[in-house]
Amino acid sequence: MTTAVIPPPPVVDTTPRLPALQQSLTLAWRNVVKIRKQPEALMDVSLQPIIFTVLFVFVFGGAIAGDWRDYLTYLVPGILVQTLMFATQGIGVALNNDITKGVFDRFRSLPIARSAPLVGAVLSDVVRYTTSIAVLLAFAAALGFRTTQGLPAAALAVLVALAFAMCLSWVFVWIGLTVRSAGAVQGVGFLATFPLTFGSTALVQADTLPGWLQAFTRNNPVTHLIDTVRGLLLGGPVAEPLAWTAGWAALLLAVFVPLAMRAYRRRV
Amino acid sequence: MTTDSPVIEAHGLGLSYGATRALDGVDLTVPAGTVLGVLGPNGAGKTTAVRVLSTLLRPDTGTARVAGHDIRTDPQAVRRAIGLTGQYASVDEDLTGTQNLAMIGRLLGLPRAAARARAADLLAGFSLTDAADRSAGTYSGGMRRRLDLAASLVGRPQVLFLDEPTTGLDPRSRTEVWDVVRRLVDDGTSVLLTTQYLEEADELADDIVVFDAGRVVAHGTSDELKHRAGAQTLAVRPRERADLPVVLQVLEQVTGAAPTVDGQGTASVPVRGEAVLGTVLDLLTTRGVGLSELGVRLPSLDEVFFALTGHQTAIPEKEAVA
Repeated sequence: MTTAVIPPPPVVDTTPRLPALQQSLTLAWRNVVKIRKQPEALMDVSLQPIIFTVLFVFVFGGAIAGDWRDYLTYLVPGILVQTLMFATQGIGVALNNDITKGVFDRFRSLPIARSAPLVGAVLSDVVRYTTSIAVLLAFAAALGFRTTQGLPAAALAVLVALAFAMCLSWVFVWIGLTVRSAGAVQGVGFLATFPLTFGSTALVQADTLPGWLQAFTRNNPVTHLIDTVRGLLLGGPVAEPLAWTAGWAALLLAVFVPLAMRAYRRRV
Repeated sequence: MTTDSPVIEAHGLGLSYGATRALDGVDLTVPAGTVLGVLGPNGAGKTTAVRVLSTLLRPDTGTARVAGHDIRTDPQAVRRAIGLTGQYASVDEDLTGTQNLAMIGRLLGLPRAAARARAADLLAGFSLTDAADRSAGTYSGGMRRRLDLAASLVGRPQVLFLDEPTTGLDPRSRTEVWDVVRRLVDDGTSVLLTTQYLEEADELADDIVVFDAGRVVAHGTSDELKHRAGAQTLAVRPRERADLPVVLQVLEQVTGAAPTVDGQGTASVPVRGEAVLGTVLDLLTTRGVGLSELGVRLPSLDEVFFALTGHQTAIPEKEAVA
């Protein structure tokens, strides 16, 4: 079948043990190198948690909770999830840029797993998410925020939030591969993110909302995640919101990974 | 150098973008170890053909085998055999030269040390060792293109696709890229090269196909195309300017056409074939006319291109190539 017309090229071992994983990690490494070269790429995820905290705690804190310190305690889990939600959009912008610049043409012409460039992007975004969480927790701690459930629970809260963000980022992978320009990614992203984050228990308790909005808020996946994080940091029910969060995460993966892969194959 | 089994064989490739027929039944053959030059203006379908053959796009119709593998049914096998250097250098500007190449090596399954060693070899081969640890974003256009070319060679491809590899380069960088391509061909690599520069096709290509509006409008060697496209020119310059009237008279007598004279005193007249050369020489010798130049000149590829497609090449503006 193969016509050996010219001497075969020197053997390159193209079969490492887990090729797809190794390729994804290599491409994740590429993105991390890029972040290290341009630390300003982390500016959004570093400043946003601080700005949100200052804004909500000091502008609304007195009005909502009577005392800003009480509100800070309530708010930190909400801000943690909210800034993550916004951080996940970055992946769509980055992928859109990569495609426009032609870097993906090279990847697509290589004998590597089709999913590797996308999985690599999702993996490397953990750096951004972790930065955002670390900045928030450090800033909140400086203002006096303390967890009540101990460090292992707090670590678990961070891991759950990171895992959910990685699942959610597939939505923006798909959007980034589908819309034409990086600007449009952000437009669509904000449209999707605003109602989900503000229509959640991030800023206020669900009981304070009108009935129709409560119905949305109580079934909002962001609410489930915030309740999980809140439970793990400050006490309260964890098992039920965690189960919902896991269910939503699985659903996001089941729907958006195939959509993203299809969009990637089609994108010229 | 060549064998009869082609490394690229395409039949009837067709691809439409909406109402635009980007490829309209393209047939191509590249014998092993040769360079095929794909020539044509912007929008002729050159880039689309490269993207189809390098498995980035699926054709609507037609079949193609690259290095013996079907581009539709076994694209991964095709990818293992090819290297692609696109029209716009697709190196990562934030990564250093070494990092760019080592990354490809890692993606192809090389262990870390081997990937770095391969990167160092290639950088040396492309005179980029001094810039190895600098971000590719700081490279000049020519260096970036060389790095891009190096990146497509990490896997030692059997078949190399070069899509307008020298567009936008200065003449010196262009010559450097040409030298690299010649070296690769000497080592047995087969090349499909698209270009808008006729000179480039003339320099590098064994065979040339001319694309226009998604179709192959001509195919042959550079000389064959020049012969096919029309009249050759017989040029005669007498040593003594005083002999010019005799030369003109002889030329008109032999060819039946009125010659023209340029500022240097060279008389030119269109001819068919070299046969008249002997007759003209005999007649002029008999009349005692000494000559400083006598020859039959083929038309330039530019003239050929114009004759074949009815429009000029080398449109300097970069348009979106379908």
